[in-house]
Amino acid sequence: MPALLEARDLVKRYPKVTAVDGVSLSIEEGVCFGLLGPNGAGKTTTVEMMEGLTGPSDGKVLFRGQPLDRHFKQEVGIQFQSTTLQDFLTTRECLELFASFYKRTLPIAEVMRMCSLEGFAEQDNRKLSGGQRQRLYLGLALVNDPQLLFLDEPTTGLDPQARQNFWALIRSIKAQRKTIVLTTHYMEEAYALCDEIAIMDRGRIIAQGTPEALLLEHFEGVWLELPRAAFAPPADFPWKVHTSEQTVGIHTANVNETLRHLMERQVSLEGLRVKSPTLDDLFLELTGRELRA
Amino acid sequence: MRAFYALFVARNKEFLRDRGTLAWNFLFPFVAVAAIAVVFSGNGRPLYKVGVIGLDALRGPPAAAASAPALPAQTAAAAASLGAVAPSAPAVPPGPSASASADGSAPLPIPPTAGATDPAERSRDAMRAFLQTRYVQWVAVDDVGAAQDRVRHHAYDLLLDARDPPRYWVNPSNPKGYVLERVLWGGGASGSIPRDLLEGREIRYIDWLLPGVLAMNMMFSCLWGVGYVIVRYRKGLILRRLKASPIMAVQFICAQIASRLVLVMFVTAVLFFGLDLMLHFYRAGSLLDLFIVFAVGGICLIAMGICMAARTSNQELAGGLLNLATWPMMFLSGIWFTLEGSDPWLIQLSRFLPLTHLIDAARKIMVDGATLAGVLPEIGWMAAMTAVFLAVGALLFRWE
Repeated sequence: MPALLEARDLVKRYPKVTAVDGVSLSIEEGVCFGLLGPNGAGKTTTVEMMEGLTGPSDGKVLFRGQPLDRHFKQEVGIQFQSTTLQDFLTTRECLELFASFYKRTLPIAEVMRMCSLEGFAEQDNRKLSGGQRQRLYLGLALVNDPQLLFLDEPTTGLDPQARQNFWALIRSIKAQRKTIVLTTHYMEEAYALCDEIAIMDRGRIIAQGTPEALLLEHFEGVWLELPRAAFAPPADFPWKVHTSEQTVGIHTANVNETLRHLMERQVSLEGLRVKSPTLDDLFLELTGRELRA
Repeated sequence: MRAFYALFVARNKEFLRDRGTLAWNFLFPFVAVAAIAVVFSGNGRPLYKVGVIGLDALRGPPAAAASAPALPAQTAAAAASLGAVAPSAPAVPPGPSASASADGSAPLPIPPTAGATDPAERSRDAMRAFLQTRYVQWVAVDDVGAAQDRVRHHAYDLLLDARDPPRYWVNPSNPKGYVLERVLWGGGASGSIPRDLLEGREIRYIDWLLPGVLAMNMMFSCLWGVGYVIVRYRKGLILRRLKASPIMAVQFICAQIASRLVLVMFVTAVLFFGLDLMLHFYRAGSLLDLFIVFAVGGICLIAMGICMAARTSNQELAGGLLNLATWPMMFLSGIWFTLEGSDPWLIQLSRFLPLTHLIDAARKIMVDGATLAGVLPEIGWMAAMTAVFLAVGALLFRWE
């Protein structure tokens, strides 16, 4: 199947830094694609180039095999993480305003139903809660019934309940076979929603694939976690260890052998937890644990 | 067109629902008029204003005034059309007469004084003595016709002409003109200065001020209501959100212009008729012409606002830039007082301010009864400035 959206060797240079350095991506129709990376990795710049908001210094973006043109904006929806809307406009008026920009639109009532906005249709957009506001921004991105949807950190700042509700919304949009490009800091979110992810660091893609395939590729086995007070790993400990303030994590592909080893050393297994690697682990494994400036 | 209309309506709703801003837009001119009435009624300002043709020559050595350029032909024609009585003024006046000046229907003579033997030179001596009077603002006049209009409307209390033959004009219904005339006689003219009468209704200061206050309110509304709002949109990433949609910059800008123009014209119209009910101000020209002039001025000021807000997302910088534009216009565009008699460079500078032309045109229509043809130069200036502001604004404009 041909890619709906394709980035070829994208480069973005600023006077003092190269923010994106040769990124190539191919996103197929109906897929939820996650772009992950630490702050300053270049993912926002990459997405802005794919949205057509910023021109690349080098490389190109193709939509349905063609370079982006003025019709592109009619066919995509973009939800920004942080934006504001015109003061004093109600939820409904905001949707009507943005609907007027497009040739083909969904009925406003349907957008409001999709995004659960009916309860505050006549409310001033400035008085919406964080979750309601994000749903309104999603509604604005959906108002033209786009085939391709960009979601920029859509659940940042939301409480767990609002986040779960938002994920349910995105799953319902996915069910309509819409293509989604999601940038997020939450690995849990990427794992829950994305069919495919790419991890960026220092302007480059450093890993790409399905979450499961990437975890299998980078992690064989599981993590055993012990309270730090119970175990101080010796220098010749045969498995990879990660020590945090509270726990000691042991990465092993053979749980039985590791447990036997610990028992032989008379390590208390009180408080032992077995944990499968997550995207958080993968992210830290690939991008490092040091604090970036 | 649908997008333009939606943006237009959205901006109107934003303005009309912002009660604080809306109230201020209506309240400010009323407050300004009241404040002006208080501030400008105090001491320290000249009590009288006299236009003088050949002022420099009169201030120079004696006999220089006589060599000043002769009256242009149009002056004589204008004087005739105004019902001037100079040619028939008595050569040897009977002396100052309170009763004669009270009705102002007959020429008032200048008493003969000792001094120079040439009657014209004696008249100029009287004028020179008159120039020593304090609390009088002396304004050098080039355009005699315009100056005569000012006498008609009490903007000048007296108009002196130091050229041959020396003469002066006074409006008999102007009490200040009467007082000045008595002072002029007291200067000791040994000859006579032919005296002409110029009839006309008094233009109160408030009548003269009103076009300026309306234009000033329009200036603030256009510059801040468009310039500052665009910067706020940019800072709040509203423009970024719009950029991600198919809307074009030109649609957005046109919607801003149209919305602000409609709102500002509505506010100005309400103020105009509201203040008229309160003050019964003088209006000589056509209401339609006035509307057109304010609309052209409004577009020009909006374009200026767009130009100033074309790039920055820093609201403090935008505020500074807008202040930089509004404050010079506040003082150099003739809102509160005319720049006549000021340094020429200041007058030249004021010609590059759109508000100057808006106020000049509005005053010509309201006070002098000018038609649209009579204010074409001002309209031309404003149109040219609009084109420049829009071109620069479009060149510099950025969504983010």
